[in-house]
Amino acid sequence: MGKSPVSNNIRKLRFEHDEMTQQQLAEKVGVTRQTIVAIEKGDYSPSLELAFRIARVFGTPLEAVFSFDEKN
Amino acid sequence: MSFQERRAIVSLISSILITAAYSAYMIQRYPEASPYSIEVFRFWGAFFLILIPVSIVAKIVIYIVFYIVNTIATREEEPSITDERDKLIELKATTRSLYVFMFGFLLAMGSLVVDMQPSVMFIILIGSGIASEMVSDISQFYFYRRGV
Repeated sequence: MGKSPVSNNIRKLRFEHDEMTQQQLAEKVGVTRQTIVAIEKGDYSPSLELAFRIARVFGTPLEAVFSFDEKN
Repeated sequence: MSFQERRAIVSLISSILITAAYSAYMIQRYPEASPYSIEVFRFWGAFFLILIPVSIVAKIVIYIVFYIVNTIATREEEPSITDERDKLIELKATTRSLYVFMFGFLLAMGSLVVDMQPSVMFIILIGSGIASEMVSDISQFYFYRRGV
């Protein structure tokens, strides 16, 4: 599988939010830690619903968390 | 290696072992009669009917042992939820698995068309069943490891 064209700033945002762990973020949005790991690595593009949930946890708009790069 | 990847490997190995052990045990009971006799059909009927509960019970036992050993070895508990990524991976793996079984089923029916013995059809059906399970487990391992 190639890398997803959807990139994200989740790792940076976690760090800026009291160094939130992947497990804590996973519990807040209702997925497993492995799914957060896969999203951060670009191995999995989350559904729109999950993307909005993640953005809501960080209190930022969706575009601040995820970006789409067609070149990938 | 994640819990899901380890589980896929355990499932793959257990499927092969259960089917191989069960087949080795049952093949000794193959009736010495005409390939088209009712005894042979009864044997294959029993083969499939008994394989299902035996396989379910054996897998439950293997999974329990796996969960215990995994928890002791890694101090990592199994994920308590099945999220959207898990469901997507399961769906993709099941789709591939069904394609393999469908091919095996057509092959089994083809063996009857070319006048092969009924036992050949049953063996192909068993083979395609185990092959489809293997494809499902390997696909799950691949998607968990390489991304989906």
